Amino acid sequence: MNTIRAREELGPNVTRYVIEAPVIAAHRKPGQFVIIRVTDEGERIPLTIADVDVAAGTVSLIVQSVGKTTRQMALLKAGDAIHDIVGPLGKPTHIQHVGTVLCVGGGIGIAPLYPIAKGMKEAGNHVITILGARTRDLLILEDDMRRFSDETIVMTDDGSYGTRGVVTDAVRSLVHGGTHVDQAVIIGPPLMMKFTSLLTSELGVPAIASLNPIMVDGTGMCGACRVTVGGQLKFTCVDGPEFDAHQVDWDGLILRLGMYRAEEKAAAERFDHECQLHRALEEPQ
Amino acid sequence: MNAAQRLKLQPVPMPEQEPAERVHNVREVPLGFTPAMAAQEAERCLHCADQPCVKGCPVGVQIPDFIAAIEKADFAAGISIIKQTNLLPAVCGRVCPQESQCQKACTVGRAHRDVGQAVQIGQLERFLADWERENHAQIIPQIPPPTGKAVAVIGSGPAGLTVAGDLIKLGHAVTVFEALHKPGGVLGYGIPEFRLPKEIVYAEVSYLSRLGVDFRYNTVIGKSLTLDEIRHDYDAIFIGSGAGLPNFLGIPGESLLGVYSANEYLTRANLMHAYDEHADTPILRRDSVVVLGGGNVAMDSARTALRLGARKVSVLYRRSEEEMPARREEYHHALQEGVEFGFLQSPIEIVGDAQGWVTGLTMQQMQLGEPDASGRRRPLPIPGQVTNVPAELVIVAIGNAPNPLIPAALPGLEMNKHGGIVVNEETMQTSIPGIFAGGDIVLGSATVILAMGEGRKAARAIHSWLTKTAGDARP
Ligand SMILES: Cc1cc2nc3c(=O)[nH]c(=O)nc-3n(C[C@H](O)[C@H](O)[C@H](O)COP(=O)(O)OP(=O)(O)OC[C@H]3O[C@@H](n4cnc5c(N)ncnc54)[C@H](O)[C@@H]3O)c2cc1C
Ligand SMILES: Cc1cc2nc3c(=O)[nH]c(=O)nc-3n(C[C@H](O)[C@H](O)[C@H](O)COP(=O)(O)OP(=O)(O)OC[C@H]3O[C@@H](n4cnc5c(N)ncnc54)[C@H](O)[C@@H]3O)c2cc1C
Ligand code: SF4
Ligand code: SF4
Ligand code: FES
Repeated sequence: MNTIRAREELGPNVTRYVIEAPVIAAHRKPGQFVIIRVTDEGERIPLTIADVDVAAGTVSLIVQSVGKTTRQMALLKAGDAIHDIVGPLGKPTHIQHVGTVLCVGGGIGIAPLYPIAKGMKEAGNHVITILGARTRDLLILEDDMRRFSDETIVMTDDGSYGTRGVVTDAVRSLVHGGTHVDQAVIIGPPLMMKFTSLLTSELGVPAIASLNPIMVDGTGMCGACRVTVGGQLKFTCVDGPEFDAHQVDWDGLILRLGMYRAEEKAAAERFDHECQLHRALEEPQ
Repeated sequence: MNAAQRLKLQPVPMPEQEPAERVHNVREVPLGFTPAMAAQEAERCLHCADQPCVKGCPVGVQIPDFIAAIEKADFAAGISIIKQTNLLPAVCGRVCPQESQCQKACTVGRAHRDVGQAVQIGQLERFLADWERENHAQIIPQIPPPTGKAVAVIGSGPAGLTVAGDLIKLGHAVTVFEALHKPGGVLGYGIPEFRLPKEIVYAEVSYLSRLGVDFRYNTVIGKSLTLDEIRHDYDAIFIGSGAGLPNFLGIPGESLLGVYSANEYLTRANLMHAYDEHADTPILRRDSVVVLGGGNVAMDSARTALRLGARKVSVLYRRSEEEMPARREEYHHALQEGVEFGFLQSPIEIVGDAQGWVTGLTMQQMQLGEPDASGRRRPLPIPGQVTNVPAELVIVAIGNAPNPLIPAALPGLEMNKHGGIVVNEETMQTSIPGIFAGGDIVLGSATVILAMGEGRKAARAIHSWLTKTAGDARP
């Protein structure tokens, strides 16, 4: 059992959890993730380690509630515990001084991007950050990202904040405006990663992306997380999660993310129904 | 009774759940012998002076002796005879390929020219182990005073459990590190409940815990803890990290929706309990399922698919029935349950619809040519003979390779070309002194009993390494 030391709502359906896990905190490097189970009968879900506090022995996870397990997690309060956590998994980001690094983050993808931006800045790079969200309320970690970025551009689909448009618009105008980028790091919803990747490829900017396929064990044992990269089958949990964005078979990744759509929908509905029942029972007669 | 009379006795049939009933549940299929049945089966043993069965058992279980104990109804003596050489008889009795090991060599089967007539050694072994567990008759051995030495065991599969059990009984401190949240390796995540109830595996583990073995789950060595840390904190290391790296075919369509590796399919069903419809972990349930392969993993996948509601399950194998490596009992049970088999077929493509869901396979018909390195006749394509097979789910069960996590984290470890760790066959020591390895990470995909046999050899060598090395030598 791992205790939740602190919990904070970052936006609608996005929560930051600070969880006790001293061994993981001590070993983790930016780009790595954990797999947690909320309950003993729970599903194993992968989550990026957004930050660690080695002295306190904690890891921070930033989680968007999208289905049964993440919603169940959102019901937990500080002082409660999750059943287990394993990690750090995956290969760390290759952080080095390259010159100018462009960090492009969309939606919940800003959470995994944050430790990389921080690492890149600390390695002496000039960090330019482009953050995208559907609308102002859904933008997370803006202040944290600004702290480790030399320039920050915010894009919203509806223009409620920053510039109206999508992140690819910002990448294009930046590069066309004469900014030289040595390395782009793209993390966000798969479609956003696909289009940003196609664009950087067109612009001749090297790019890496952090993939989020469905996983089970996270140790290379099951092959659920397989993706095609440069024509070769890779297991994201051990070979990744980061790959050369220009080599990723994005359509294959996006396809496989939908494998359990019907089952997930049913599970989420069942869960919501149980929650309602539970609440109804708890209400004073 | 004399030998001639004994030879006339018919094998005692194993009571089993009826096929029509059992495909709707995940309970164990063979129900086990009663004491009377076990005694009756035990009477069939001739107590051969040359003990060919013992030679057929990879760990040399004293078979005639334990069978004699059953005949005398001294079950406690019987189980202690087995446990001198086999730490997990409840498991081995159920999953050993007896027809190619102990029972293959049995004189009774030979006399009848039918291995099916051999003394049912595995079932008798299972009987004693179940008797011991069900009657709480397990003896907690006297553990010698602590030696002050500590051993790290990586992986809680049969190899790791054997090493842990042997070394704790010698007074060494043992910590088992396991990446998953449950113990047992393949015994836990791979072999289905209906063949090996998990309760049995967990009972063995809790026995080891009672002896003092420290189990640390959710700990991936090389990630959660580095090998350098382990080398610093322990006096010896045993690597039993298994062959958990599923092979894929490398043909088009393997990433379509509805294509599984057997490891993923079985892990979802077993470890994550997806056979329970309300489990959090999803699994696809479809009417028509094709399993590619011919080993135990293929049988387990096919029979799991039936239990998940499939109406038509076919196993397609590229060689012929004779070369199929699955345990005979599993093949037989699969046939009884209605699994269909297609031999001499090799997939060349998996095909799908516009939404990316698998709809079927293109199979190349094969014929057998000359024997290959494994001694089995090599399957060769028959030009032009290609068929289409419909399927809503495809499970790839064509074998596993050694898990590369530890080797990748331990540069300098000598590896073979199949990704296995190279060891000294006598001591199971790797190219790094003080680091030992055994089981599937050395052998590739092998068997439970071979993994245990290697574990036992390693434990012996680790003990002498620990007692010989002066002071604080570290691996
Ligand atoms: C390496 C990696 C890092 C991730 N980091 C984060 C993070 O920092 N914050 C965050 O909010 N999310 C992250 N995710 C996604 C997160 O794992 C899923 O949102 C979560 O599993 C959904 O579970 P659920 O039961 O709530 O929803 P479900 O209803 O089960 O699923 C909703 C969607 O999530 C995806 N998903 C479902 N099950 C899994 C699974 N076992 N593994 C991966 N994806 C799955 C599928 O696309 C699915 O359609 C990460 C995924 C990966 C692979
Ligand atoms: C579906 C299936 C059916 C089978 N049926 C039979 C059968 O009927 N009869 C038979 O004899 N054999 C059978 N086998 C083969 C048999 O199960 C294996 O040969 C045996 O389990 C190997 O044992 P092991 O201890 O070497 O490894 P495993 O059982 O594979 O255990 C290795 C353990 O190490 C853990 N691990 C790996 N890396 C790390 C790490 N870095 N840190 C911590 N832990 C780690 C893994 O999570 C795993 O739990 C079957 C195999 C499968 C897959
Ligand atoms: S361990 Fe396996 S091979 Fe040996 S006697 Fe028992 S069942 Fe037979
Ligand atoms: S070979 Fe068969 S009959 Fe002979 S001792 Fe062994 S089990 Fe008994
Ligand atoms: S999650 Fe199982 S191999 Fe990657």
